[in-house]
Order: sequence, then C-alpha cells, then structure tokens
Amino acid sequence: MNILVFSGLVGFGALLAGFLGALTGLGGGVVIVPMLALLFHVDIHYAIGASLVSVIATSSGAAAAYVREGYSNIRIGMFLETATTVGAIVGAAIALHVSGGAIAIVFGLVLLYSAFLSSRDRVEHGEHLPSTPLATKLRLNGSYPTASGVQSYNVRGVPAGYSLMFGAGVLSGLLGIGSGAVKVVAMDQAMKIPFKVSTTTSNFMIGVTAAASAGLYLHRGYISPGVAMPVMLGVLAGSLIGARILVKARVKVLRYVFAVVIVVLGFEMIFSGATGRL
Amino acid sequence: MTKSNWGDLEIELIIGVLLRTGVMLAASVVLLGAVVYLAHYGLHAADYRTFHGDPEFLRSLTGIVRGALHLDGRAIIQLGLLILIATPVARVAFSAVAFAIERDYLYVWVTLFVLALLLYSLFSH
Repeated sequence: MNILVFSGLVGFGALLAGFLGALTGLGGGVVIVPMLALLFHVDIHYAIGASLVSVIATSSGAAAAYVREGYSNIRIGMFLETATTVGAIVGAAIALHVSGGAIAIVFGLVLLYSAFLSSRDRVEHGEHLPSTPLATKLRLNGSYPTASGVQSYNVRGVPAGYSLMFGAGVLSGLLGIGSGAVKVVAMDQAMKIPFKVSTTTSNFMIGVTAAASAGLYLHRGYISPGVAMPVMLGVLAGSLIGARILVKARVKVLRYVFAVVIVVLGFEMIFSGATGRL
Repeated sequence: MTKSNWGDLEIELIIGVLLRTGVMLAASVVLLGAVVYLAHYGLHAADYRTFHGDPEFLRSLTGIVRGALHLDGRAIIQLGLLILIATPVARVAFSAVAFAIERDYLYVWVTLFVLALLLYSLFSH
C-alpha cells in the first residue's frame, strides 16, 4: 500500500468514526486505535499518538458549540483537571514501560466497559441534595438554563469524583482516548452533577487532559505525521458533519450498532494483545 | 451569584471562539502539510507496522519549526499538530487571567497548577 492510498483509507475510516462518535455521543476516539492497529496494522504506539491528537481536535471543536448554551461549569472543570492532567502524565509514563500487548488488553477491557455503560439508561437524580462543605469551599455549586428557567444544583462526593478523574486521566494518557465515559460517571454518579452539565464539562476537560500527555508523546516520537494527519483531519471533519446532522429518531439504533462494534473491537483487542499479535 | 454567572458566561464565549480558531488554524496547517507531504512521498510504501519513533527533528519544537520553514511536509503537519496541542493550553492560560480579573484567587492557583503541568509536558524532553 502506498502512502497516498493509506492516507485516503485511514482518513475515510476516521471520518466515519468521528461522524458516528458525534451522532451517538460515544466519541469517535475509542475506535481509532483498534481501527489503526487491527485493520491497518499500524504499531499501537503510533495509533495511540494519532488518536490522542484527534481527541483534542474533536473536544475543542465541540466545546466551541457547547459553551454558547451555558451548561458547562468551568470551576468544576478546572478543579477536576488538576486530577486528570496529573493522571494523564502518569499514564503516558506507564505507556513507555509496558508492551503493546498489555496496552491492547487494557484497551479491550475499557472498550467493553464503555459499551456496557452506554447500554444502560441514564436516570437523572431528581431530588435536590444538599452540598458538602468541601464542594461549597471549592465553589463548585452552580446553575444552568432549563426550559423552566435557571436551575441551581449542588455538588457532592468530591473525593470520590476526584479519584475517578485521576483514573480517567491515567487511561487517557495510557490509551490515547478521551475517557469521556469515566469522566461522566465520576460527575453524574459520584458527584451528582446534572447530565447536561456533566456531559459538556467532561467534553471541555477532555482536550486539556489529552494535551497533557500529547506533548510527552510528541517528544518521544509517538506522534507520526503520516498517521496523525489523516486521522486528525478525518475525525474532525466527521464530527463536524455529525454535530450538524441531528437525526434524533435513529440515534437509538445507531448507538446500539456502535456499541456492538465496540464490543467486537474490545474482544479483538484483548485476543490480539494476549496472543502477542499487537 | 447571578452577576458572577454572567461573567462566567462571557468568559466561556471567548473561550469558545479561542478553541474554534485554534482548531481551524491547526487543521489548515495540517492540510497544507498534507499536500506537500503527499506530493513528495505519496507513492512511497506506507510502513507503520513497527515502531521506530519519529526522526529526531520531528520531536522537538525547534526542529519542527526549522523543518516547516524549509517546507518539509511532515514538519508542517507536525507544526499544525503542535498548534492543536497548544489550543487547550491557551484556553487554560486565558482562564487563569479571567479568574484573576474576577479576583477568584483560589481558582487562579488551581488554573496555574494545570497550566504548569501542560507546559511541562509541552517543553520537557
């Protein structure tokens, strides 16, 4: 395969991943590494470097659209970024010392977990819970616009949420993904932050988390321009198109199909990693 | 409370513009690099099966800038990727200033901590 064909095919695959990721809200980043490693036989280190770059592109591109709506909470985001960025740097350091096979196995497990999470219906915790002293001290409580006026919310479970965020950062630095699924769990399950706020704030944080490990990857030579170029351009174009086409009716089916794809890729990654093919 | 929320919203709007500009600039530079790169190497064989690491000049900020000035396609792509990585860093730097204007010193420190980590990652070797 020559470079022209390789770039075209990878670019098209990335476009599809970005498009489906934006439509389903599952993020395209998780399928980039398996696609490159399993389908195009790209070394997993290059694959992770390219994925990390695409994660920054989609997060920053989408954040620009989200902020206008006034859902995201920059204090929550910034406070939790102290955990995710430290985690990301730790994750990138671990990536240096473990084999590609081990990374592939962890990646597969994370894929299966993401698919499991997306299959569950999220239930908004309706009751207005009191805040905790730590959350108040950190000024994390806020408000957001709803159809029936401005709704205020209180934040709880700061230590648990903070620890989960550190874990999300490690996974992001190790696997080159946004870890959006773990971030949203930390915010809505542990900290009881409303969905709209947790989803948009998580998206806001993903770019910063990815940037924390991307610099280290670049200096190590993991970010190869020949791989990262088609991935970044493809995912960005795909996610921009996906964000514009809001076909709400079919999203449920799409989510299901995408979740099945993720499960298959998860098993394939674990199998390839365990048998030393990656 | 309402007043500070309005301030937050204005800051977020500016951050939104900053992020969009950074991403679009990065994508344009990467696209330009792609054209130069594909024109030169398009018909070479693609081999990314084994990890060799990038050539040394594509790993450091000075090497990338120097290569881009010599119109090396790979270096131009890498420069675009650097702009992309720098975009969230610029966002964090801007937030630090915004918190300082609001006199929220707790968050100025929180933000500077995040910024220091990002700069360490970007400039360390």
